[in-house]
Amino acid sequence: MPIQVLMPALSPTMEKGNLAKWLKKEGETIKSGDVIAEIETDKATMEVEATDEGTLGKILIAEGTADVPVNTPIATILADGESAADLAKAPAAKQEKAAESAAPAAAKAEAPAPKPAPALQAVAEPDPEVPAGTEMVTQTIREALRDAMAEEMRRDPDVFVMGEEVAEYQGAYKVTQGLLQEFGARRVIDTPITEHGFAGVGVGAAMTGLKPIVEFMTFNFAMQAIDQIINSAAKTLYMSGGQMGCSIVFRGPNGAAARVAAQHSQDYSSWYSNIPGLKVVAPFSAADYKGLLKAAIRDPNPVIFLENEVLYGHTGEVPKLDDFVIPIGKARIVRSGSHVSIISWSNGMTYALKAADELAKDGIEAEVIDLRTLRPMDTETIINSVRKTGRAVTVEEGWAQSGVGAEIAARIMENAFDYLDAPVARVSGKDVPMPYAANLEKLALPTVAEVVEAAKAVCYR
Amino acid sequence: MAAPKKAAASSPQDKTNGGSPPEFTKEQELKALRDMLLIRRFEEKAGQLYGMGAIGGFCHLYIGQEAVVVGMQMALKEGDQVITGYRDHGHMLATGMEANGVMAELTGRRGGYSKGKGGSMHMFSKEKHFYGGHGIVGAQVSLGTGLAFANNYRGNGNVSVTYFGDGAANQGQVYESFNMAELWKLPVIYVIENNRYAMGTSVSRASAQQDFSKRGASFNIPGMQVDGMDVRAVKAAGDEAAAWCRSGKGPMILEMQTYRYRGHSMSDPAKYRTREEVEKVRHDQDPIEQVRNRLLAAKVSEQDLKAIDAEVRDIVNASADFAQHDPEPDAAELWTDVYR
Repeated sequence: MPIQVLMPALSPTMEKGNLAKWLKKEGETIKSGDVIAEIETDKATMEVEATDEGTLGKILIAEGTADVPVNTPIATILADGESAADLAKAPAAKQEKAAESAAPAAAKAEAPAPKPAPALQAVAEPDPEVPAGTEMVTQTIREALRDAMAEEMRRDPDVFVMGEEVAEYQGAYKVTQGLLQEFGARRVIDTPITEHGFAGVGVGAAMTGLKPIVEFMTFNFAMQAIDQIINSAAKTLYMSGGQMGCSIVFRGPNGAAARVAAQHSQDYSSWYSNIPGLKVVAPFSAADYKGLLKAAIRDPNPVIFLENEVLYGHTGEVPKLDDFVIPIGKARIVRSGSHVSIISWSNGMTYALKAADELAKDGIEAEVIDLRTLRPMDTETIINSVRKTGRAVTVEEGWAQSGVGAEIAARIMENAFDYLDAPVARVSGKDVPMPYAANLEKLALPTVAEVVEAAKAVCYR
Repeated sequence: MAAPKKAAASSPQDKTNGGSPPEFTKEQELKALRDMLLIRRFEEKAGQLYGMGAIGGFCHLYIGQEAVVVGMQMALKEGDQVITGYRDHGHMLATGMEANGVMAELTGRRGGYSKGKGGSMHMFSKEKHFYGGHGIVGAQVSLGTGLAFANNYRGNGNVSVTYFGDGAANQGQVYESFNMAELWKLPVIYVIENNRYAMGTSVSRASAQQDFSKRGASFNIPGMQVDGMDVRAVKAAGDEAAAWCRSGKGPMILEMQTYRYRGHSMSDPAKYRTREEVEKVRHDQDPIEQVRNRLLAAKVSEQDLKAIDAEVRDIVNASADFAQHDPEPDAAELWTDVYR
């Protein structure tokens, strides 16, 4: 039976890629290990090697095709003795599946291909920060972050970027792509693998008035540096009676990515949001990523900027403005509704928005609030919403105990107790280290169904 | 010892400044005497105020180590930064910070350098380029390297003097910082104040390599052992290190061999060393007595020296008076300076 060659993934979070080039033609003999094609994403390029011997039977995805979902069959290999006629024998069941699908593939692999990263949900509420009629450009979050840094570096010569692989490698997640070429090695600085040390170097430089952007390859590694972040960056202004503070941004991916297990999948939202002296920003939309990173770089205080690797490749509409800055500390009502308030931030918004769609089918209109900033928290927006809906659900990927959801629930109780028609419900990551196995990982994270269930429960439905 | 090969000829690596250091002029001797005396009398007064309950929390006195900061300060120029750990009163006075402001911070009053919000271990002066005053052992080493990074970024020709003790020298981030400082040729002088004890643990019980001047060897950072009880030797080493840093050659390590007469903090049980050991250093090596004896030998009159004593005592007494009568911070200060 012909063997299918599937679109490979370059990274655990890759969902689609471009088929850049075929290096073998139909009918050519191939050996295991031969490079047969090149694929690329906005992050990297990769050669596709044949894993079987035979003849390249049929190319299913033409070269130059963009946004091919991972696991889509891209070609078939005929084993010795098979002929093109055998192609018709491709599994019947799989062909049936393909018939349902709009995918360009002639057949579909058994593993369901993840959907291509969707453009972030069209929001019901316009962003008050964007003037009506502003032209919008579609960008990935990765590009929005890069543009935010580049714009601020052009604007202020005291701004520089340091971290592991930020310069020559162009960023471990390609967020700093092109910055070295534009700003040079003086301002885009590759550090050794030494989080504790370079965080301290960044804070020391900031104490003199420079404005470092310190990239952590992930916030999991920032635990090595957390003493400098908290004891030095967050507290110095206070300890010096206001004489000496530091304007510094610590940024990088936070929380669960995909299949990287316990030590690479922790959400630090609640850790940093506990600390006076820090500001903590955790956006969801591409526009917010850009506008808030620019605000963070300009802020005279240390800012923890929590990104999400799963979102890096997602696209969204970013206003085409010369200087688009979103103030830190303001939540945004992304979808308005009157029955229940769903409050989340960062990738938690993915579950919140999908749940709101589901709930709408059952006649429950959810108001979805994207906190965007965790410290200072926009309590007013939460409370105003809960006073209207009388019900609230928090959604976070982190753990529930001492979590941000717990803090939101406490604020609602303190400020809107009399308006509540039901206890606040929390949806969170499960109280376990992140497992590796795909099924267990799924179980450990919040799901849309859990958010729907929680929302229905507080609505007594 | 592996100094960078190209720099080997001019490297001070592996030198110990044996023999007599360059003589001071009479003016330099007098300045050193006055500055060291100010620190000693200030610290003695701080000890008394602590005993009276006027100073709270932790209080780490610098008595015995005065030649280190005074000699180093004589090697610096305007704009050079100083940063250290929690045994910091001497460093602050040496940079020219006012005794009143330091003492009032120790008593937690509004006239303190940090408005009473930092205390003994956390004081800063932007004006005097003093960057703290840090309570986490070793944290100041990465921060001080960052100050040097900023000097390099700005190309301002300044040097960061980063002080830490023999105890902090065993922290991991010290070596992370050494690596970056040499890699990027940052202008930082790492002054390791080896006072022989990290709290109550002697160097021999905590350190596999007890020659701290060699602690940068695997990074090619040159180092010197310096008689930290002789202010002239300290200044000479400081001059050499500052010149090295300013010429773009990167960091240098100066191990200052010194001694603290008092306990680690005010609550030190003093069980880890003998009274005789302390007395012997005091008698044989006291940094202030060394200068005083040289001045007397050079026919400076007892009376002139007494005048310096009196001036210093007046400053210290006035600071103690100020620090006990200055009001506590306004309650509203609780909420200020968290953000700006």
